[in-house]
Amino acid sequence: MSGLPQWTPELIQAEIDALKHKPGALLPILHAIQDKFGYVPTEAVPQIGDALNQTRTEIHGVISFYHHFRTSEPGSHTLQICRAEACQSMGSRALEAHAKASLNVDYHGTTADREITLEPVYCLGNCACAPSVRIGNDIHGRVSPEKFDRLVSRLTTRALELK
Amino acid sequence: MTTRIFVPCDTTALAMGADAVAAEIARQAKTRGAQVEIIRNGSRGLFWLEPLVEVETAAGRIGFGPVDVEDVSALVEAGLFEGAGEHPLALGLVEEIPFLKNQQRLTFARSGITDPVSVEDYLALDGFRGLEKALQLSGQQIVDEIKASGLRGRGGAAFPTGIKWQTVLNAPAEQKYIVCNADEGDSGTFADRMVMECDPYMLIEGMAIAGLAVDATQGYIYLRSEYPVAHRLMNMAIERAYAAGYLGDNLMGSGRRFDLEVRLGAGAYICGEETSLLESLEGKRGLVRAKPPLPAIVGLFGQPTVVNNVLSLAAVPFIMHKGGETYASYGMGRSLGTLPMQLAGNVKQGGLIELAFGATLRQLMEDFGGGTFSGRPLRSVQVGGPLGAYLPESQWDTPLDYESFAAVGAVLGHGGVVMFDDTVDMGEQARFSMEFCVVESCGKCTPCRIGSTRGVEVIDRIRANENREANLELLADLCETMVDGSLCAMGGMTPFPVQSVMKYFPEDLQR
Repeated sequence: MSGLPQWTPELIQAEIDALKHKPGALLPILHAIQDKFGYVPTEAVPQIGDALNQTRTEIHGVISFYHHFRTSEPGSHTLQICRAEACQSMGSRALEAHAKASLNVDYHGTTADREITLEPVYCLGNCACAPSVRIGNDIHGRVSPEKFDRLVSRLTTRALELK
Repeated sequence: MTTRIFVPCDTTALAMGADAVAAEIARQAKTRGAQVEIIRNGSRGLFWLEPLVEVETAAGRIGFGPVDVEDVSALVEAGLFEGAGEHPLALGLVEEIPFLKNQQRLTFARSGITDPVSVEDYLALDGFRGLEKALQLSGQQIVDEIKASGLRGRGGAAFPTGIKWQTVLNAPAEQKYIVCNADEGDSGTFADRMVMECDPYMLIEGMAIAGLAVDATQGYIYLRSEYPVAHRLMNMAIERAYAAGYLGDNLMGSGRRFDLEVRLGAGAYICGEETSLLESLEGKRGLVRAKPPLPAIVGLFGQPTVVNNVLSLAAVPFIMHKGGETYASYGMGRSLGTLPMQLAGNVKQGGLIELAFGATLRQLMEDFGGGTFSGRPLRSVQVGGPLGAYLPESQWDTPLDYESFAAVGAVLGHGGVVMFDDTVDMGEQARFSMEFCVVESCGKCTPCRIGSTRGVEVIDRIRANENREANLELLADLCETMVDGSLCAMGGMTPFPVQSVMKYFPEDLQR
């Protein structure tokens, strides 16, 4: 769906083995797995625990503590809307409502076509050109509802390849 | 002759379309056969003008902004490649723009001028001169220089940096650490981000100097995952600094060692609290630790650790190069040096303003900011992030220094200023403060974990006009309990914005 490879225990192990020697390796490992596969599969938890000599509970506890890590497959694109004060002062509450209504999802939900997962975020550091939205690693500023619609249609419209 | 054209590459410039503008300028240059070199510089921090395109001329750099990709054609027609300033977007000499000219840029002196990842650019503008000097001094001499500067932690707590370093220097240990807190989570702040995206070698240099001062050989930058551009540029700069001998086992040929690595956070505001940050770096849930022991004595992996904000460490190269006394000649009272303020939210001219302590909030918002973006009257200002009070007009003449702000029950924090016009519902803002704490509390102590949830409920009842007087009293009690009973600033300061709404905007809780 998201263009990312499907995880296998071997591929997960490769990510773990590349980083497990680092001091405080758990967050780097979780980032590596999520960057590669889009999420941290529940099945990876005991593998990570074995490598770091920690219990499943400890690993699960860390994954669930941080908003960034997810344990289920997201849509093709993750779209974050900033909910923090600077964006509020420029109309982000209306933008949030517009996004939820037009995509027909709530936060942490994925659209029916599996294209977009909507997430809240608390500050993207673009506070002088608010409101802000992040799609993948791209941040967009001064996002009006109209600009939001343009960004979304760019994500979901694919050019037909004619050969 | 080749014309040098600058198109910034920081998050805000990119968010406003700088990549497309740079690509279009390159395309137009190619079709016209013009000799043009496009440099991706950092941002000047004049964010309402981004993308701010600059052209180098004999007289200096001429600016055009904000440039939309649609404007490029007309700009080229008007003589962009020749630096001709006849266009509605022309701004004249960038250095003469009052917003920039009226600042006192010490830490941000290079920001926007250079290609942020070019070692040569950094060296050409005093880069690594502080490190060079530090390599000739003892650890104690470096710490003394920092003490003389009067530098206080720029993360928000304003603790004297020199004292912190002295504590770590005095603590005997096999391994010590320098940890840079780059978990800049406060809404309305972006100064740390700008350091990392626009002048990353300054942070590398500051951390290396800190390492020499306290005898630490390993540094970590704990960077929030919400900053993908800073992550990319910082890593690129670290790689080049290693290659050029400004990091690694032979700093500038001295035989001294300092290693540096960026570690990504994972979307937890609380990890900006230093002990929670250390837990996170160790690979754990970001639960706050009780203090004492101080991180300076028992820090990362149980070892003595300097934990400093990006801006504190970024001030160090200047202090070492120009001397602590020079830095201390700026500022007022016990707030010495400069403070990079960040003007954000509903503001006409938002961006980074580095000034000596002592200017007033009103000067910032009116003289620099030019009022609100919407053009409506300004009503309320939140200073110091989500844990900072909302200030009514009667407090806008407060001088920007730590003690003056404390005197009116407010905080300067990390220097973020978020402006709201008269459409704001302060009841909703008070509710959000509690709601944010519900989402971001680490959960270790009860006043913060439970108090914030009860806070949202009580504010909802007040706003729904249920038993208003009794609930207002309950809210006042709850705020007091959180302030007095929480383990760290998260629960301890979440009530500040709420209390300020109750005190200065009570009518918004009576709607």
